[in-house]
Amino acid sequence: MLVSYKWLQDYVDLSGITPEELADKITNSGIEVEHIVYPGEGLKGIVVGKVESCEQHPEAEKLHLCQVDLGAESVQIVCGAPNVAAGQKVPVATVGARIANNVKIKRAKLRGEISNGMICSLDELGFDHNYVPKEYADGIYVFDDEVPVGADALPYLNLDDAILDLDILVNSAHCMNMIGVAYEVGAILDRPIKLKKPEVIESDQPASEKISISVDAGDKVSYYGARVLNSIKVAPSPRWMQLRLINAGVRPISNVVDVSNYVMLEYGQPLHTFDFDQFGSDHVLVRFAGDHEEITTLDGQLRKLTDEDLLITNGKKGVAVAGVMGGENTEVSRATENVLLEAAIFDPISIRKTAARLQLRSDASSRYEKGLDRNRVALAADRAAELLVRYAHATVLKGIVEVGERTVDEHQITMPWQKINQVLGADFTCEQIVGILRRLNFIVDVEDETMHVSVPARRFDVTIPEDLVEEVGRIYGYNHIPATLPEGTSSHASLTPYQKIRRRVEGLMNSMGLTQAYTYSLTSKENASFYVVNNQGVEPTQVVWPMSEEHAALRQSIVPQLINVAQYHLNRQMPDIKFYEIGKVFLPVKGEARPAEEEHLAGIITGKRTERNWEGESDAVDFFSVKGIVESLLDSLAVGDQIVYAPSKREGMHPGQTADILFKGEVIGYLGTLHPKVEKDYGLSETFVFELAIESLLHHGEADIKYHGLPRFPSTTRDIALVVKRTVAAADLDRVIRENGTPLLKSVRLFDVYEGSHVAPDEKSMAFSLVYFDPERTLTDEEVTIVHEKIVRACAEQLGAELRG
Amino acid sequence: MLKEKLLELREQALANISSANGLKALQEAQIRFLGKKGPITEVMKSMGKLSAEERPVVGQLANEVRKLIAARIEEKKADLEAKLLEMKLEHEKIDVTLPGRKIATGSPHLLASIIQEVEDLFIGLGFSIEEGPEVEQDYYNFEALNLPKDHPARDMQDSFYITDELLMRTHTSPVQAHTLEKHKGVGPVKVICPGKVYRRDNDDATHSHQFMQIEGLYVDHHVRLSDLKGILTVFAKHMFGADREIRLRPSFFPFTEPSVEMDISCFRCGGHGCNVCKGTGWIEILGAGMVHPNVLRMSGFDPSEYTGFAFGMGPERIAMLKYGIEDIRHFYTNDIRFLRQFNRA
Ligand SMILES: [Zn+2]
Repeated sequence: MLVSYKWLQDYVDLSGITPEELADKITNSGIEVEHIVYPGEGLKGIVVGKVESCEQHPEAEKLHLCQVDLGAESVQIVCGAPNVAAGQKVPVATVGARIANNVKIKRAKLRGEISNGMICSLDELGFDHNYVPKEYADGIYVFDDEVPVGADALPYLNLDDAILDLDILVNSAHCMNMIGVAYEVGAILDRPIKLKKPEVIESDQPASEKISISVDAGDKVSYYGARVLNSIKVAPSPRWMQLRLINAGVRPISNVVDVSNYVMLEYGQPLHTFDFDQFGSDHVLVRFAGDHEEITTLDGQLRKLTDEDLLITNGKKGVAVAGVMGGENTEVSRATENVLLEAAIFDPISIRKTAARLQLRSDASSRYEKGLDRNRVALAADRAAELLVRYAHATVLKGIVEVGERTVDEHQITMPWQKINQVLGADFTCEQIVGILRRLNFIVDVEDETMHVSVPARRFDVTIPEDLVEEVGRIYGYNHIPATLPEGTSSHASLTPYQKIRRRVEGLMNSMGLTQAYTYSLTSKENASFYVVNNQGVEPTQVVWPMSEEHAALRQSIVPQLINVAQYHLNRQMPDIKFYEIGKVFLPVKGEARPAEEEHLAGIITGKRTERNWEGESDAVDFFSVKGIVESLLDSLAVGDQIVYAPSKREGMHPGQTADILFKGEVIGYLGTLHPKVEKDYGLSETFVFELAIESLLHHGEADIKYHGLPRFPSTTRDIALVVKRTVAAADLDRVIRENGTPLLKSVRLFDVYEGSHVAPDEKSMAFSLVYFDPERTLTDEEVTIVHEKIVRACAEQLGAELRG
Repeated sequence: MLKEKLLELREQALANISSANGLKALQEAQIRFLGKKGPITEVMKSMGKLSAEERPVVGQLANEVRKLIAARIEEKKADLEAKLLEMKLEHEKIDVTLPGRKIATGSPHLLASIIQEVEDLFIGLGFSIEEGPEVEQDYYNFEALNLPKDHPARDMQDSFYITDELLMRTHTSPVQAHTLEKHKGVGPVKVICPGKVYRRDNDDATHSHQFMQIEGLYVDHHVRLSDLKGILTVFAKHMFGADREIRLRPSFFPFTEPSVEMDISCFRCGGHGCNVCKGTGWIEILGAGMVHPNVLRMSGFDPSEYTGFAFGMGPERIAMLKYGIEDIRHFYTNDIRFLRQFNRA
């Protein structure tokens, strides 16, 4: 909303308050003034001149030689405008003046003739060409007669104004008009506001003889009123009105159109004018459009309507899309003589839907959408009639023809006045509270502890006691309210066990050299389908209306996103990277639209283990690097001994270098090498990834620590080297050893794997270090030997293992 | 006779020891003079031939000589060992300015660090951390927050819908509604809700279709706007420096009434005006307000008994302001050269 500082002074005394101060006060009371525009900024030396004579330039067909009276002197000015003529009062940029874009005016010779200045067009004075009235669009501006010759021209062009741009949110729609702003500013400044009731001179003929109205639209039209105005002379509107419209961002068109726009800006009530001679009937019927019903709107577009759109009709066909745009068939033109003026209240939601669907957001529709002063509708019709009498010679027929109630009761709020102090934490007296509400022109009665507030309809945003709390708080200023700390019960808080362990996971990942990434949850449909831990090949959840293909589906795995991060670094000559991410994945649930959400941990590593240094190049990371990261993590979280790794085949993964991670028999993740084909597609070198369903694994948090005393007796270590077929997995041997170790076997560690000339070609040797221990005594050699031999026998029987000689 | 022999042996041995140039020579001297077949042992063995008067005298002398030689050998040994050690240490000298074998650590993400800092502050103030689903029901994302289906502040075009009733949450505020419901109308409720949110925006330097939010909620008997001001003052000082001041400006959010916007005094210029604060001396940090009675009521709290405040902030904005980060996309590009800079954040 563009608010003219000059116009506002019609309603509120702004003396002693600069536009900047006013803007600050408005902002601090709740409506942000985004910026202030000074339309005359930089202009200098522009005066009102009178063209005394205007003759053809002897040397140039398109130029005129004008003698212009500037008050103090009379000068010759060469002017190229087609509309210049003797007798006109015009804005003149004198020699030494500054016009728009900081152009300086000098004495000049044009085709041999001296020009002492320039007669200006509105564009040259900095007006936006889009808002310049048509009659001045291609030439100089011409004042009406009242302007004194020789005076500074800027005030007469409202170029001494300041325009405040108010950011109107849903709750400040009452300031989408000048009267609303006046009430607001009056309350902020604690100054009275001056409003004049419109005075309409009516003829004796009742309008109801010319028009009747019916509404068939349920509760969507609470009021529809119309006035009939005859014998109108369509012409440009007066200078003051044109200039006010221009400063409000509205292009002047003609007196009839300008008056309805002006009244909308002043009262907030959208009005519409029909050429009554084109209306085609003496009856207005407001109804829903039929499905597929069509109407050509003012902008020449054919609009297809639905049965949710409100349509103004002449009983047969549409003449306007209610609250949104008029029809071409009844448009006011230069030839219009009789006008039907509509002032109506339409349902905001209905208007919003129609405007959105037709993509026709107008000043009128946005006011309907955000809400109107319900009690100003007939006043607005009167104000328009008043102005049309004065500026379009209209004859106003008697009365407003109407359906519905012109006004509604003011809204009543009853509350203990102390509630305002309780909610704000303030210490106002009853008088202070009542005083602030009265500044807002609310009517307040206090009975002991209770306050009855009557809220005018223009403040339709104020409906509950909390709204009054806000009104008092914002007008008084939150800066004057103290800062306190809550008095309520002090409570202890801590992270949940999972939140705690998740932080530990982050710390462990960082300490193992992995940097944390945050990637997008929305990805391409293709990416969202890959590298899923369980239930691979399920269609991902998709958004119905994506912004782009890249963000169309919800990820089921983090790994594809980390592959992109790796590729990004590789493309920028950063080949050694280690990243991890903890975040949600979205797993579709059969028969349900809503996916299950699980927090996963994923990682990616590629390149060298460490940076190359003076000792030489380090080895590249490999499968066992990524597995080591996962194992160290799970060991640190005390679940490592419950985890089993099993070879697996997964799409996009190396078929011989991928393992599922199992916990209690369930797959909770995987790790391994990317498939060489994927590496090639992304231009990656050997790359290793893992993903773990960390939330389901760790949602209980960490197990309690169980303390064991230090051993009082020594343990016995025995090494064992077993030769087995190459197909036997290390985990198989490990399992058989543990199963047969009896409680005396405390730990098993693989320390050597050998394949080569000392064993058969299809065999390998694996050496384990076994530790035996009894907390109660020192074990004898014989006792250990018995267990050890049992293990060897079991390995032989179950896995064909032979002791290596 | 024997006496002279002992004295002579003593001279010989001492000369031998002092001239020994290594541990090996010293050991030879030890064996030669003190060994079982050495001359001193010989002297001792032949003492039987001596007279009873002479015997103790010679015996004592022999012992003294023996002790002396042994002591000198030890001295010489220590001496030689010290020299050897010195040589060894000299030999082992290295360039201590060469770089060590570093253990490379990774960095936490800057957003994680900011969120953790906020979480820790509020845990200290008695708030616990609540998280909620990122795919949210329309009801919790909008309706339960006083944004009914036809509310003008609600624009379908701003949200990623999955079905008519499901969408990617557009703010963390639905966690408020879930949390209040869980408490079944009984306060206090004191929570911080951090998490990812989604808006239908084109990604550019200042917009991201995915970003983080931290929501705070405190509902109890007699919670006041002045309490909100107090808590936010603590927050501003903790995050942006002890000499920060805050100011509250009225604003509008459908789920709070009254609603405010919080500014902090500019940490760059201290309030005099600079490019960070666009010359105003103040920087907008977050939105807040007193929980709307409709929100309380819909989630099972009686607004005549309970009041509360809520606030919501953007960790990206905090980070961008704090470090002068110019492009929000940096947070999601994950360039290691970006992330590493905030290792200590
Ligand atoms: Zn500053």
